[in-house]
Amino acid sequence: MSSHPERKGQRMVAICMLGALLFNFPVLALFNVSGTLFGIPLLYAFLFSAWAAVIALMAIVVDFDG
Amino acid sequence: MLSGPVIVLASFAYLGLLFAIAYYADHRADAGRSVIASPYIYSLSLAVYATAWTFYGSVGRAASDGVGFLPIYIGPTLMIALWWVVMRKILRISKQNRITSLADFVASRYGKSALLGGIVTVIAVIGILPYISLQLKAVSTSVTILVQYPRIIMPENIGAAPGREDTALWVALILAAFTIAFGTRHLDAAEHHPGLVAAIAFESLVKLLAFLAVGLFVTFGMYDGFGDLFARASAAPGMQALMTPFEGVAGGYATWAWLTILSMMAIMFLPRQFQVTVIENVDEKHLDKAIWLFPLYMLAINVFVLPIAFGGLLRFPDGSVDADTFVLTLPMAEKQEWLALLVFIGGLSAATGMVIVETIALSTMVCNDLVMPVLLRMRKLRLNERRDLTGLLLAIRRSAIVLILLLGYLYYRLAGEAYALVSIGLISFAAVAQFAPVILGGIFWKEGTRLGALAGLLSGFAVWSYTLLLPALARSGWVPIGLLERGPFDISLLRPLQLFGLSGLDQITHAMIWSMLANIVAYVGVSLLRLPSAEEHRQASLFVDVFRQDGEAGGARFWRGTASVPDLYNLLARFTGAASADEAFAQYAAARGMQWPDEGLVADAALVHYVEVQLGGSIGAASARVMVASVVTEDALTIDEVREILDEASQVVVYSHRLKQKSHELEAATAELREANERLKELDKLKDDFVSTVTHELRTPLTSIRAFTEILLDEPEPGIERRRRFLGIITKEAARLTRLINEVLDLAKLESGKADWAESRIDMKEVISDTLAAMDQLFREKGIRVDARLPDGVSVVTADLDRMIQVMLNLLSNAAKFCDAADGRIEISLVEREGQVQVDVSDNGRGIRPEDLEAVFSKFYQADRESNERPRGSGLGLHISRQIVTHFGGRMWVESRAGSGARFSFTLPARGRPAA
Repeated sequence: MSSHPERKGQRMVAICMLGALLFNFPVLALFNVSGTLFGIPLLYAFLFSAWAAVIALMAIVVDFDG
Repeated sequence: MLSGPVIVLASFAYLGLLFAIAYYADHRADAGRSVIASPYIYSLSLAVYATAWTFYGSVGRAASDGVGFLPIYIGPTLMIALWWVVMRKILRISKQNRITSLADFVASRYGKSALLGGIVTVIAVIGILPYISLQLKAVSTSVTILVQYPRIIMPENIGAAPGREDTALWVALILAAFTIAFGTRHLDAAEHHPGLVAAIAFESLVKLLAFLAVGLFVTFGMYDGFGDLFARASAAPGMQALMTPFEGVAGGYATWAWLTILSMMAIMFLPRQFQVTVIENVDEKHLDKAIWLFPLYMLAINVFVLPIAFGGLLRFPDGSVDADTFVLTLPMAEKQEWLALLVFIGGLSAATGMVIVETIALSTMVCNDLVMPVLLRMRKLRLNERRDLTGLLLAIRRSAIVLILLLGYLYYRLAGEAYALVSIGLISFAAVAQFAPVILGGIFWKEGTRLGALAGLLSGFAVWSYTLLLPALARSGWVPIGLLERGPFDISLLRPLQLFGLSGLDQITHAMIWSMLANIVAYVGVSLLRLPSAEEHRQASLFVDVFRQDGEAGGARFWRGTASVPDLYNLLARFTGAASADEAFAQYAAARGMQWPDEGLVADAALVHYVEVQLGGSIGAASARVMVASVVTEDALTIDEVREILDEASQVVVYSHRLKQKSHELEAATAELREANERLKELDKLKDDFVSTVTHELRTPLTSIRAFTEILLDEPEPGIERRRRFLGIITKEAARLTRLINEVLDLAKLESGKADWAESRIDMKEVISDTLAAMDQLFREKGIRVDARLPDGVSVVTADLDRMIQVMLNLLSNAAKFCDAADGRIEISLVEREGQVQVDVSDNGRGIRPEDLEAVFSKFYQADRESNERPRGSGLGLHISRQIVTHFGGRMWVESRAGSGARFSFTLPARGRPAA
């Protein structure tokens, strides 16, 4: 499925907005608590996995979508 | 082992290697096989973003406020998501207008304003100085610490060690020499540095690998993986707070958000990022890969920051070791000499990469947008008359590089000591963020004017200086500290760190809020005060509507004046050298189907624009404009004229769209016509063939009739037997002629679709029986045995009775004609299967060759053409029979094996039981 450049642009803007939501106040506060995931502090685990997910989305939209 | 000489030797060996890579890449690029024409190299070169700040500073930041280092990398990731929209546009604009730097971009956008270019340059140079000083500090600190091995002593505790400050100075000078060798060996019209890009990409690999090596060593060598490390850190006193760093920090989330925004701006507007992303870009498509590879790089280099920070805090709990040096001091403390050396090289690569690219970008700006416009305006220097200015350009750039590095060193001495690495870097980030409104506004908003941009930049920069630069100098004791505490003239509202009483924020957030507010309000407000001039309007539309422009010619339509080709040529040759100028003119001429030099070349608007753009590639848009203006007489366009041209242009765009559409339609129609024509031609040819065949077929019987008639006429007394024989032949041939003509007429009727079909429900059994009865005499004469198997109860078919008799007659007479002469046998069968009534007529003749199985159904096919016998039929019978069967929805074919007869079959759709 190949995308029109404008559609690609809109998807990328949407990803940016998603990232802006994830990496900001209300969501960050949910993870700013003590506790661990596989031994890694919750906040760090969240930030790095959300970051990786955003990058993966960008790769899919911009490079692997025809 | 880790002595001073070893470290120095390793450093120079590393720099030598870099130089070799650059040399090789330059060489390959000259040969047309550039190594940097790859999206992966491009992505790696973008990682020049990760400097000593990332390499040493992030850990320092993480040790004091946990995840506080991350916005610097998450921000760019979010910004890069917007690159598909924003950076593609900037890339296209820069390529079309041959932009050579950030300052050039701004100057060019706002009416090629030399003043604006100069101001951007000054802001960039001053703003970046702290950042360069950070690199110098990091490298000199790492050297100073490393030579103490195996002891771990912070530089400030070494005491009166000789030449500690000198380390930074030496680093600055060596880097200056290295940068000059890298970036200013020769003048490239497009400011491309393939060697530099290759070296930077290599440095990005080195620093990543070095950092990952330390990370792995700390996490898995010193501890049992992430879980173990974090568990011990949580148990340690005071470190629990680092796990939830937003707890109890006033404005913690605001700081986080502002740092994110700040680094979103930095990734685009740091001069070195602009250099590698825009200026050194060789293919817009490389952006696609870079958009996710570069963020991935940032993720990778940050994974181990927290483990190293916690490892350092656990290892040096007494706070005697600066957290900014953990990356280096941890391997030292564990007696890992080689790892420590690798870390040092990694830090060196991070710092040198930044310094080299940054100073090259800044020196280009200083030369093109600050010094040259001034020099060119000084008539006393008579630069306009100098034949070759390339030497001068290079000299200016080299001096600029040395000057910038020395200024960086000066800042390090003045203010660098009081701050941690990250805090120093953030001051620079805040400075370049001031470019965001004028650039982003400039590419999306046409109303932004030169004065608006000036006002925005100057206000933003003023606030930045007051709220960030001034306090930095004050903390170091160069400005009375009282200024910070009580404000100038004891006006507390004006305290630099609590401007207008805004307090409770960290320094960067505070400065960003005020400077962005001032910047944007001034830019938009002043822009809206007055209408843009003609020049501004035209540049604005070139930038904002870049995707609607038609290549480099876009700017030419705005020019009106007179010029001469030799003047333009000489001008270009002075700045780029005669060879480049020749090449440029040859390209221009070739694009218009001419040779260079050529009498026919006219100095029209297109050529003037072309020369200006080429020139802009070496000395910047503003200077190029001044220079071109010196050799041409230009009639200034009024704003109304520019508007008119723009309106015309948009009309033209609409027309050309319509034209394109029409021509597409025309093309489609032409294709259809051509196809129809082909069909007609084929039919025509078929008709010709048909006519000639028919004529031929008619002539054969006519000839024999005539021949025999003549014999009879010439012979006075033919014997009675002889006469009877001849008359018999004549009658037979005449009958054949009649049949032939009837069949041709029949065929004509069938093919033209004018045949009369009388459809009725007929029983094929009856048709076959009737035909057999009619032919009984013939079969008996020839001694042919006929075996008909005609079962009862086979369905009726819908067809024309006479036509079906015609078909049967044809098949049976053919069978009679071709069956074995001595022992002729014909079999006829009628069956019904799968809703079809099928009739088979088999003979035991010599059969049909496989290649003729289909040909027997074509017109005028004669089975015995090759044998010299006289034809026994018209050659139309089977063709007509097949047409008839096909007309009633059936199909006719023949099966045969040579030597064992042929079986002709046809089918017709069954239409139910016959009436009893």
